[in-house]
Amino acid sequence: MFSIGERINGMFRSVGAAIRDKNPEPIQKLARNQLSAGADALDVNVGPASADPLAAMEWLVKTIREVTDAPLAIDTTKPDVMRRGLELAGPGSIINSTKGQQEQLDIFIPMASELQASVIVLTIDENGIPRDANGRSEIALRAVASAMEHGLDPDKLMIDAVILPANVAQPTAAQVLETIRSVKLLSDPPPKTVLGLSNVSQGTTQRPLLNRTYLVMALASGLDAAILDVLDTEMMDAMIAAELLLNRAVYCEDFLRAYRS
Amino acid sequence: MPFEMPVEKWTGAVNAVTIGATAAEGGTRGSTVTVGGDAGLPFLHFEGKTPHRPAIAMEVPDVAPAELPPPMMEAFGDVTSDPAAWASKCAGEYGADMICLRLTGAHPDREDRSPDQCAQVVKSVLSAVTVPLVIFGCGHADKDNEVMPRVSEVAAGENCLLGTAAQDNYKTITAACLADGHKLITEAPLDINIQKQVNILVSDAGMDLSRIVMYQATGGLGYGMEYAYSIMERTRLAALSGDRMLAMPMLALLGNECWKVKEARLSDQEAPTWGPAAERGVLWEAMTAACFLHGGTHIFVMWHPRAAQQLRTMVDSLIGEVI
Repeated sequence: MFSIGERINGMFRSVGAAIRDKNPEPIQKLARNQLSAGADALDVNVGPASADPLAAMEWLVKTIREVTDAPLAIDTTKPDVMRRGLELAGPGSIINSTKGQQEQLDIFIPMASELQASVIVLTIDENGIPRDANGRSEIALRAVASAMEHGLDPDKLMIDAVILPANVAQPTAAQVLETIRSVKLLSDPPPKTVLGLSNVSQGTTQRPLLNRTYLVMALASGLDAAILDVLDTEMMDAMIAAELLLNRAVYCEDFLRAYRS
Repeated sequence: MPFEMPVEKWTGAVNAVTIGATAAEGGTRGSTVTVGGDAGLPFLHFEGKTPHRPAIAMEVPDVAPAELPPPMMEAFGDVTSDPAAWASKCAGEYGADMICLRLTGAHPDREDRSPDQCAQVVKSVLSAVTVPLVIFGCGHADKDNEVMPRVSEVAAGENCLLGTAAQDNYKTITAACLADGHKLITEAPLDINIQKQVNILVSDAGMDLSRIVMYQATGGLGYGMEYAYSIMERTRLAALSGDRMLAMPMLALLGNECWKVKEARLSDQEAPTWGPAAERGVLWEAMTAACFLHGGTHIFVMWHPRAAQQLRTMVDSLIGEVI
């Protein structure tokens, strides 16, 4: 599975403070720690409180680039901040994210194509979050059509079927799994699927248990990538075990270590 | 509607490994051999490049087997008592890319040769040929742990390929290879899970993954060949899918496996309906090699020069225009 580490986010108090004080150390440490814990890419979010998100994103990306060339998922809804983040991060970055209404797709999909990035499309549009898997797949199909129109390979598209907290919208978990399965039939090669995993447990008790259980269920449904807390070792172990049992990795006695190396 | 070739997109590739060192590189070889680097399934050039030819290493035993079959005697009868001359004939007359020296004489059940005796043979072969060397111990774990460090030492700087490291005996040979700048063969008994585990173990011991070649016990045609084939295929698929612990080139001991079977050994009198004995063993070896070539083997350890030549012709036809 392609793991995107979620921890460089201004919402976390320590990260927010580091951005405010332009203190590179906590950020660079988080980057290194997440990569050594198995992250393939790092999410980069300046947080909601930033007074100048463009400048904050510039500083954040440059600060991370001093310690790693790993792909970055630029996490913002603002097109100008997104573009600047992608330019500084370089080719192979990820747009995180765009909603699925046409006018949003028309901004971000050409941007992905131009800057050689992948793009996460949320199955949300002007009507909100669809109530079932079919509605989610319709939005995914719109994204696939838009990608083809703008010359973006379908596998550069990452469909996020938007998981909601289990204590708020319990039926969503099953609907999202169904969407992950059906998205794979939309094109050849099919789009990738991704989840902002931690949302499933927002505001619940037993957060780590819900996160790792749902991750395993989603992997079995065909999930390709997740934005998640890679520092949660038990969850990463569960992910590695699931990949093994799905025959996506060859078994050996030290299979946990083999995956991480 | 125009046909569009379905092409797999792979995320990984097999490591390229170079064996041998020229004077400029600190050794005395006249040439080096690089294998691996494949970015697709064997010879599916539309899928990914095969940047290097599979290599042929002709086998030279330090002590000749008691009964070499007549076709082998015809090719090597004049040199069976002299490994240096045997190696020289393989590299010169028969065009071997490498020599695979097997120190079978060290085995306690054979001649129980000392580490120094073995080292002497290695030195004589290194002097007799300028191609790179693959060197196998005798297969007896404790004895190999005495012999291989000494062998490694006298060949220091030559960037040989030494074997083998196994799951329950890998530390000594790994340390020797690290100390003397050699490449390492990791071995597993036709078991991809153990193969991966050995690679992790030697990697933990400090061996860079790019310095490893894998050897799964080889099965000859009619004697487990398809099992070996399926393991090689699965290994290659894992490498191409990005599994770094299985992304090493593969070696097979073909001659040894093929020439011990009855189809290769029985005389015309014993098997009058099986075709001429003069060709049978050669073909058995060449046909097994053809299967392994498609399975993804990178280094073929061969016995008979005509089987080696047939393999070379096959490689030419499959790879010719690409390189």
